[in-house]
Amino acid sequence: MAAFDEMGLGNGAVRPAYRALKAWLDSAPSELLDLRRSQAEHFFRRVGITFAVYGDTQDTERLIPFDIIPRIITAGEWAILRKGLEQRVNALNAFLRDVYGPRECIRAGIIPAELVDRNPFYRVEMIGRKVPHDIYVHISGIDIVRVDADTFYVLEDNARTPSGVSYMLENREVMMRLFPELFAEHRIAPVDNYPDALLATLRSVAPEAGRRNPNVVLLTPGQYNSAFYEHSFLADKLGVELVEGSDLYVRDDVVYMRTTEGPQRVDVIYRRIDDDFLDPLTFRPDSALGVPGLMNAYLAGNVTLANAVGTGVCDDKAVYSYMPEIVKFFSGEEPILKNVPTWRCREPEALSYVLDHLPELVVKEVNGSGGYGMLVGPHATQQQIQSFRKKLKHDPAGFIAQPTLALSTCPTFAASGIAPRHVDLRPFVLSGADGIRCVPGGLTRVALKEGSLVVNSSQGGGTKDTWVLDA
Amino acid sequence: MLSRTADQIYWTARYVERAEFLARILEATLRLSSLPSNYGGAGTEWDSAVLTSGCASAFYKAHPYADEHNVREFLAFSPDNPSSIRNCLAIARTNARAVRTALTVEMWDALNGAWLELRQFDSKKMGREDFARFLDWVKNVSLTFDGSAYRTMLRNDAYWFSRLGVGIERADNTARILDVKYHVLLPETEQVGGSLDYFQWTTILREVSAHTAYHWVYRQSVQPWLVADLLILNRQMPRSLAASYDTIVRHLDLIADAYGRRGPSQRQARAMLDKLAAAKIDGIFQSGLHEFITDFLRDNSRVGATIAEQYLI
Repeated sequence: MAAFDEMGLGNGAVRPAYRALKAWLDSAPSELLDLRRSQAEHFFRRVGITFAVYGDTQDTERLIPFDIIPRIITAGEWAILRKGLEQRVNALNAFLRDVYGPRECIRAGIIPAELVDRNPFYRVEMIGRKVPHDIYVHISGIDIVRVDADTFYVLEDNARTPSGVSYMLENREVMMRLFPELFAEHRIAPVDNYPDALLATLRSVAPEAGRRNPNVVLLTPGQYNSAFYEHSFLADKLGVELVEGSDLYVRDDVVYMRTTEGPQRVDVIYRRIDDDFLDPLTFRPDSALGVPGLMNAYLAGNVTLANAVGTGVCDDKAVYSYMPEIVKFFSGEEPILKNVPTWRCREPEALSYVLDHLPELVVKEVNGSGGYGMLVGPHATQQQIQSFRKKLKHDPAGFIAQPTLALSTCPTFAASGIAPRHVDLRPFVLSGADGIRCVPGGLTRVALKEGSLVVNSSQGGGTKDTWVLDA
Repeated sequence: MLSRTADQIYWTARYVERAEFLARILEATLRLSSLPSNYGGAGTEWDSAVLTSGCASAFYKAHPYADEHNVREFLAFSPDNPSSIRNCLAIARTNARAVRTALTVEMWDALNGAWLELRQFDSKKMGREDFARFLDWVKNVSLTFDGSAYRTMLRNDAYWFSRLGVGIERADNTARILDVKYHVLLPETEQVGGSLDYFQWTTILREVSAHTAYHWVYRQSVQPWLVADLLILNRQMPRSLAASYDTIVRHLDLIADAYGRRGPSQRQARAMLDKLAAAKIDGIFQSGLHEFITDFLRDNSRVGATIAEQYLI
């Protein structure tokens, strides 16, 4: 199964958007490209863009490999993606309002009740509660894959605390420094207004009865978290305090931060810690990362949490499989972005099909993330397939399966020279009280191993700059 | 600003200052130990370095005696010594990483770059020359970090807290040198040791990088009471106790003005400076140099604790 190459490598005809880049690559001496690659690596190491890999004790800070060949999306392609993303994120918000409110989509039979009620990320604390401005998912990362010239699929919705946006911004920064001539030749939509858009979004969702100049903070689990670099980078770009749980406290259902000038009230918390760790009095009592009493302040309407508590329901891959119906139910429109066809193993017919076709399918845990806990049939050993067969039979509802997609490829530096590697795209969509914001592009992740379909950074994936060409 | 941010900036500055101080002690001790034995002070210079560094109890728990090899290793590289140069730089970098957004790129570069380069130094294969180069490198890291702070930071509370860290740490370090070496500065030792003590005195001056400054200030040969005067009372000498308190008082006042509120740390620090400003070196000798230093060390750490209570927690 030959994958669609976005530049057009392999079938002779270079696609128009890539022509200038291809010509430049062909003419650039290989020493220059090597030099630029090492300069890029040096830059990332120097500014400290590292991520921590869980379970890796040797070297707790590693660089995510950066590939200097950009990935290009045309204005026309982006226009469709942009509309589809807006529609999808609006549907996610409507869905969450509904499952914590009137539950109309369940009563209408759009989605089985147990998928919501038994979902480990469904928070009973949120049932019947109102969140500021009725927005649950303020920041989302919607993973998109492409299989041919015209078809984009949503691979998964990340509605909890999606990360990676700092790489989108820093990748662009590095590219502009290293390849000014390429930027002169192309009309590339800028992304550096993302922090501005994020701050505007966060300020727009401050509690309604709040103050004129809301105090926004970014809550991090601390510097040993794998995404700490991003937290500190964003706090800096936003111009807001980067706080840890111990910097905050709650008195009379109001959140304060401890400052050198005494307590200061907090209105909006862009939290980059999971629900479970937010408040030891409500969730995990052993959490040292959270703020005791935070949930009470939140439910009293005195502080906005972005994203809201309980958005993880949307990250569930079984819920994902119902997204086309959910979009249709809430928007009354056909979904602009398709889902990858998905077998829900909870359904007996689907399960028996999946068990019969394991070597050709991708099987995922409904609550897995980061590329962990999945089976890529065509690349798996007999043993791995057998062990997944057992897992599936033991807990069918815990899994979904999808066909092994021929993800599109993009030319990438490999040991053997420039070669096609599979990519995906994570655009970041912001929902505020004043509408949706989405900077053109997103984070392109690339599977650096030949043939590999796993792009996650924790599994040896890299990143690329993503160019949306202005028409 | 967040109390934790202020705290981490303050400690970052302290740890970098401490790393430099350790490098200076090691450098001066190496120099002293390479003199013929009848110039050097009875071969106790490595014990003295351990005492000055303030980690004697941990050191003697791990080593029965002090010699060049084990002191170098312990003070510079040992992962078991929380205040080894390596650990100081690592802790400073960890602190800085947590508050990166409050530091300038240049300051972060200085610490992160140092942390990356630090891995390249292999203490096992290090001869004296390589070790001397390592110590130079440490001093350079500190200079670059401090210089970056001075040249690139906004003059706001973040900068002032970093200066407080430098001030408190310097005062502590200089007082420690005096605490360990006070006996060679006492007038009576002149008869005991005679001019042989000259090398002890110059070692002290080198530890606070004041060997040249001494001559510019006093324009005479090295005299023990003038060494004490320079280190304790001379406000022109950047590592003296009085100059350290100049720094501390000035920056505490800036913080108080900006926040519109004074507190116990301002009062305590001002009292320390007033005491140093009013003192004469003869008087200090008369009422006991050692007692003076012991009191100072105690009061200095009390000021540190008061600053922490007032702003950092």
